[in-house]
Amino acid sequence: MKNFIKTSSLFNLAGLVLAWIAIFAFFWWQAPPNFHSLDNFKTMARQDTIVSIATLGMTCIIISGGIDLSVGSVVAFVTVVIALVLQPPPRINPGNGSIFDSLLTAVERGAQVLLRPAYEHPWAALIIGILAAAMWGFVNGMLITRLKVVPFIVTLGTYLLVRGAAKGLAHNHTIDSPTSWLNDLTSQPTGGDSWRILPTGVWLTIIFAIMVAVMLKRTRFGRHIVAVGSNEQAARLCGVPIERVKLVVYILAGLMVGLAGLMQYSRLTLGDPTAADGLELKVIAAVVIGGASLNGGQGSILGSLLGAWIMTTISTGCAQMGLDNWVEQMVTGAIIVISVAVDRLRVRKD
Amino acid sequence: MAFLSMHGITKSFGATVALDHVELKIEKGEVHALVGENGSGKSTLMRVLSGAIQPDSGTITFDGNPYAPRNPMEARKHGIAMIYQELSLCPHLSTAENVLLGMELQSFGVIDRKASRKRTEDALRLLGITDLNVDVAVSTLPIATRQLVEIARAVALESKIVVLDEPTSSLTQADVEKLFEVVQILRDKGTAVIYISHFLDEIKRICDRMTVLRDGLNVGEENVCDVETDAIVAMMVGRKIDTIYPRSDRRPGEVVLEIKGLHGAKKPEDASLELRRGEVVGIAGLNGSGRTEMVRCIFGLDAVKSGTIRVGAFEGVAKPAARWSEGMGMLSEDRKLEGLAIGMTIADNLTLTKLSPIISNSKQVEDAQNWIGKMGIKCRSPLQVIGELSGGNQQKVAIARLLYHDVDVMLLDEPTRGIDVGSKETIYQLIDQLALQGKAVLMISSYLPELLGVCDRIAVMHKGVLGDTRLVADTDAEAIIREAAGA
Repeated sequence: MKNFIKTSSLFNLAGLVLAWIAIFAFFWWQAPPNFHSLDNFKTMARQDTIVSIATLGMTCIIISGGIDLSVGSVVAFVTVVIALVLQPPPRINPGNGSIFDSLLTAVERGAQVLLRPAYEHPWAALIIGILAAAMWGFVNGMLITRLKVVPFIVTLGTYLLVRGAAKGLAHNHTIDSPTSWLNDLTSQPTGGDSWRILPTGVWLTIIFAIMVAVMLKRTRFGRHIVAVGSNEQAARLCGVPIERVKLVVYILAGLMVGLAGLMQYSRLTLGDPTAADGLELKVIAAVVIGGASLNGGQGSILGSLLGAWIMTTISTGCAQMGLDNWVEQMVTGAIIVISVAVDRLRVRKD
Repeated sequence: MAFLSMHGITKSFGATVALDHVELKIEKGEVHALVGENGSGKSTLMRVLSGAIQPDSGTITFDGNPYAPRNPMEARKHGIAMIYQELSLCPHLSTAENVLLGMELQSFGVIDRKASRKRTEDALRLLGITDLNVDVAVSTLPIATRQLVEIARAVALESKIVVLDEPTSSLTQADVEKLFEVVQILRDKGTAVIYISHFLDEIKRICDRMTVLRDGLNVGEENVCDVETDAIVAMMVGRKIDTIYPRSDRRPGEVVLEIKGLHGAKKPEDASLELRRGEVVGIAGLNGSGRTEMVRCIFGLDAVKSGTIRVGAFEGVAKPAARWSEGMGMLSEDRKLEGLAIGMTIADNLTLTKLSPIISNSKQVEDAQNWIGKMGIKCRSPLQVIGELSGGNQQKVAIARLLYHDVDVMLLDEPTRGIDVGSKETIYQLIDQLALQGKAVLMISSYLPELLGVCDRIAVMHKGVLGDTRLVADTDAEAIIREAAGA
């Protein structure tokens, strides 16, 4: 039994569920009665989507022993790209001013020519947005594996770089875009669509969560991710292609962040280069609360999703109690520290 | 009463008795050699002295008082300075800062740089060193100078006992001479020096007395000038090879691994070897002589500068993944750092080299269970985390990985390091069976009786150069020790 407590991930998940129940019970008791209504659950599920989807990629990265600080910036970048592609083909404006402006104009022109047939098509906007995020994942992965710079530094760099690129592309403005079905991805289905119960975005999260969880648990690639994070030297000895595993993990995580960006766009219904500020820290917090170790080799999709769900419950509960944002932040901070401390105690006790 | 007297020191790790009622007596102003093979208990005894570990039983008196350090800090305060092979200096700090680390000279909470510099220079001058700029970062100094800085720290701390652990293994001849001068200055000052070295000629030159350990037991305390080198070797080796080493009638087949003039990025400098099916070839040599680097080069873990490697029909260097698919497997000398993923399950560790794209848990567990049974691995289930097993059982899993992969050529680096006698016997039997089945085994070991008992042929690595392979029948422990020490 002692060993079960020490090593079982089931025990860890049970702990998270209990923690959530305690938090939920507190708000049931304290918050206005509609807190425990079914509608509120649906609202929470909707709000949870962005962090949850980004969590799927981050969990893989952290299990492989890495980290990604560029998540929030990439999400903002994706909203800008989607909003730009949804517009009618733009008139090409002549560049003026600094070398950076001319550079930007050149990039824009190239993209506009290349994307001409894609403009105004929501599907094209969706695919291009997600590919843009995957491209940033590829850039992160290449820098980490080829330059052998630690992931923290590389993604600290791309955190600023991508945010800047998003602002440049949007010329420092939010970008309004025509209404399309992309806006409905995170809204509650109504009328003839009510049978879907939850917004498409939530269903997508669930489907991708299952896919990534199965990938981690049931495929050779998933086992290689764990091995690289658990002991890179041992993985190398056993012939695991470490560099390729890391690169693919960052690309996959980029795809997930692209989906998160899509959801963010759907919530905002416009492109905003300043959106999702600090999202990466929320995502990392969710993964860590979910039982992952920043040293790698440990973590689970279900745990990370529960971590995200706990944070959403706290923020919704605090909001409905009319508490200020500072309370929510302090409580969330305390939860992060407590969850990790409990985990350490559990493992250390002999 | 001796200045330092360790009496009846006993220490076990699990089933292994590392020290068995060991005695050590050191006088003021002597250089005392501590001699023994790898695994004889020298390091463990020094770790007891330095407070890094506590003995199961035994007493120590030091300078007339009972002494039982609970941690290295306490030992340091008592005046015991340990100087290890891997130096413990902070590379970014200057010589003066390193020498006075933990006892900084301050006035009003600010470090007194002038006084610090003077104190450091005084300590260095005592050792006869006057031409060192104490303000530059020690990372810019050569290894030999860093070692002197560390000895200066011992002087500044007014240490009464200085332990030098293999101090010359990475020094040039000129630096060795300088070190010897410093050791003599320490002795003349009345400091007791404990000198650990594999190089017997050094011991003959600078040590006054010596204590010889073997398998955790005292085998002699002598005045160095009274014993010949051959007699020291005889004391270190001591025993007949027992019957725990099974040896069937092996029939070597065709050559499956051939290296010629192998020169790695660091080490080895020159290694040539042939390994045939159905034979076990051993590599002897001191730690750091380049044995491990040689197999790492063969397996594609370290870069190769020049030379050829042929594995079966495959010519040239290759990555580990390619080696596995060529039918070669390697066992790392360091289970925790490289051999196993300690946080993963037995099943994962065992099957990591040969996972199918979609993993069937039941198949994986079945495979693991199969090898757990064959190897007699003690565990609760194949899904147990491997870090919970004993060292011997972990090692069996690491070896079972090669068997599960069904490799033909096995590179085993210290296959029995740190495991209990029972597991050792299992591994010896296994190696014998594998050779009978036509597998080729290349085995590195620092434990000579084991090499002599298990191998068909043995080669000795000395300072990066691999000597000729000899039939076990044509060599003996003393010849190998002499060749390894370059004597």
